[in-house]
Amino acid sequence: MEPVIEGKVWKFGDKISTDLMMPGFSRGRGLERAKFCMYSNRPGWSDHVQKGDIVVGGRNFGCGSSRPAAVNLQLLGVSVVMAESIGRIFFRNAINTGLPVVIAPGITGIVEEGEKLRVDLEKGEITNITNGKKLRFDPMPADSPPMQILEAGGILRMLEAEYKPTEKLSFTITE
Amino acid sequence: MSTIVEKILAAHSGKEVVKPGEYVWANIDVTNGGGGALENLHRLGIKKLFDPDRIWVIDDHKAPPTDVEVAENVAKTRRFVKEFGINHWYEYGRHGILHERFPETGYVVPGDLIAMTDSHSTTYGAFNAAGCPIMLETLYVLIKGRLWFRVPPTVKFNLTGHLPKMCVGKDVILKIAGTYGTDAALYKSVEYLGPLAKEMSLASRWTMSNMGIEIGAKCAIFEADEKTMGFLKGRITRPPRPTSPDKDAKYERVINVDVNDLEPMVALPHDPGNSVPVSSVEPKGIKINQGFIGSCTNGRFEDLKMAADVLRGNKVHPDVRLIVSPNSVEVYRDALKADLIDTFMDANALVCHPTCGPCMGSHLGILAAGERCISSTNRNFQGRMGSPQSEVYLANAATVAASCVAGTIVDPRKYV
Repeated sequence: MEPVIEGKVWKFGDKISTDLMMPGFSRGRGLERAKFCMYSNRPGWSDHVQKGDIVVGGRNFGCGSSRPAAVNLQLLGVSVVMAESIGRIFFRNAINTGLPVVIAPGITGIVEEGEKLRVDLEKGEITNITNGKKLRFDPMPADSPPMQILEAGGILRMLEAEYKPTEKLSFTITE
Repeated sequence: MSTIVEKILAAHSGKEVVKPGEYVWANIDVTNGGGGALENLHRLGIKKLFDPDRIWVIDDHKAPPTDVEVAENVAKTRRFVKEFGINHWYEYGRHGILHERFPETGYVVPGDLIAMTDSHSTTYGAFNAAGCPIMLETLYVLIKGRLWFRVPPTVKFNLTGHLPKMCVGKDVILKIAGTYGTDAALYKSVEYLGPLAKEMSLASRWTMSNMGIEIGAKCAIFEADEKTMGFLKGRITRPPRPTSPDKDAKYERVINVDVNDLEPMVALPHDPGNSVPVSSVEPKGIKINQGFIGSCTNGRFEDLKMAADVLRGNKVHPDVRLIVSPNSVEVYRDALKADLIDTFMDANALVCHPTCGPCMGSHLGILAAGERCISSTNRNFQGRMGSPQSEVYLANAATVAASCVAGTIVDPRKYV
C-alpha cells in the first residue's frame, strides 16, 4: 500500500449503494461486470474513469448489499475511496480487496469534480492540490487489523503470506 | 456498564470488557460458506475448515439455478459440502432463504457472535445474537473461525406503545429509517429494548433485526425471552447464553420510538428512508404493475397470513400480477396447511418456491422499464428489482396484498 495517493476526483452524492456500483442485472466477470458500475445513476462513467482516479462520496457511501462492489471500483482503476461516511460492509470489502478507503467528514466541502486530491493515509491528511484546501481525518492505527490487511494488499495476500500457495488466490465474484 | 454487543465481543475475544473504538480478534460461533471458496481452499492446501459442524450452506440467491453459470457455481457448492464434510447443507426442497432456514435448523443460539456472508445477517439479532454481515472475508473465517472487529458504539431504540391494526415490525423499521435516516446506526450496534420489544411477535423482531442493515447497523439485537426460546426449542443443540445489557450500559444515543400513532408505512423510490404513512400515498392513486410478497424480510408465516386475510374473497386487479414466495419450505408447508396457498390461488396470485430472486432482481419477476412494484422486501434502490427505469415501493405484506387488489397503492386496513 502506498501511504500517499494522488489523483483526479470523481464526485458522487449521498447513499451511493452497492446496488448502483454492482447492479443485480450486471453479468459476466471482471471488467465485463465492472462496466455496469454506476450504470443507473451515471451511465457511461465506467468508460471515463481512469487508472489512479479518486472517488469522493457523500454520506453512507456503499450502503446496502454485501456484494463486493469495491472490487468493481478497483477493476476500473480507482485508487482510493473517500466519503463523508461509509457503509460498514463496503468499508470492510474495500480493505479486504486492498482498496484504500477513508472516512473523511467534510470531504465534499473541499473538493469539486475534476480537481486533484492528495491523501496521506498514515498521517490523516487530505490536500486539494488544485486549490490548496486541506482536511484532517482520523487515520486507522498502523497496528490495527484493517491497516495490516491493507498493508498486505488485501486479505487474500495475507493468507498467501501465511500459507505460501504456488498459485495466487483470487476472489470468485458470485452473489 | 456494557451493552449487549460489548458483552458478546468481550466473551468471544477472551476479554473482561471491551470499549467502543477498540479493535479485537474474536472467535465466531457459526458462519456460512459455499463453492466460491473451493478453488482458493485447494490452492492454500486446506484440508479441514475451522469446524464443519458450525458451517451452514444453502443456495438461495438464484435458486434453483437461473442459467448454466449459476448451475456451475451450485455444483461447486455441492463439491465443497462433500469435500469438507459439512452436515448442514439444505438442498432445494429442504431449503429456504438463509435468514429463515438457518434459524429453523438450529443455526443460532442467544449470545452468539456470527460473521457471515450476506448483508441481512443482522437478522440473527432477533435471536439475541450479534449477527455481523461480511463478504470478502468468508474464506478467512472458514479457515480460521475468527475475525477482527472494531467494537461499535451502541444506539438504543426504546420501543413503546402497542402496534396498531395491520402494523408490524416492517412499519416500525420503515418509520425509524424515515425519521432518523438510513445512516442512523451506521457502523454501530443497535439494541431494540422497551416494552414493545418484548410485546411484539418474534416475526416482527425478525424483520426489524433483518432491516437493521437498512439503518446502517453492524448488528441489531433484541433480548431473548420465552418467544425466542419457544421457537428455538427442539431446533438447537448448543447451549443458549442469553445476554442483556447492564443497567448502567453506556449508549451513544437513546432514541424513543412510540408506535401508538403508527400506520402502515410505504417507502417511496429509491430509498428505504423515503418512508411515509400509507394514508398519504393512497390519494395519489399510484398505479402498480406487480406486487411481491416474500424475501428474508417479510416472507414468513405471519406475513403470508396477513396478506391472505386481505386477499380472501378478493381478486388481484386485472392489470396487476402478485407473486408470493414463502421464504422456506417449512413456511410453505405451514401456509399450505393453513389454507393460505388456496387463498392466494383463489385471488389469482402466483405462488412460487423460496428464493431471493425477485427482491434482488436476479430472477422471477424482474421489472421492465417504466414498471412499478410494491414489495414486502427490504430495499428499493434504483434498479434493485430490474430495469433502472422501474420503481419499487416497500411496504408490509398486507399493504402489498391490498394494493394488488386495488391496482393502486392503498391502505390495507379497510380490507379486513
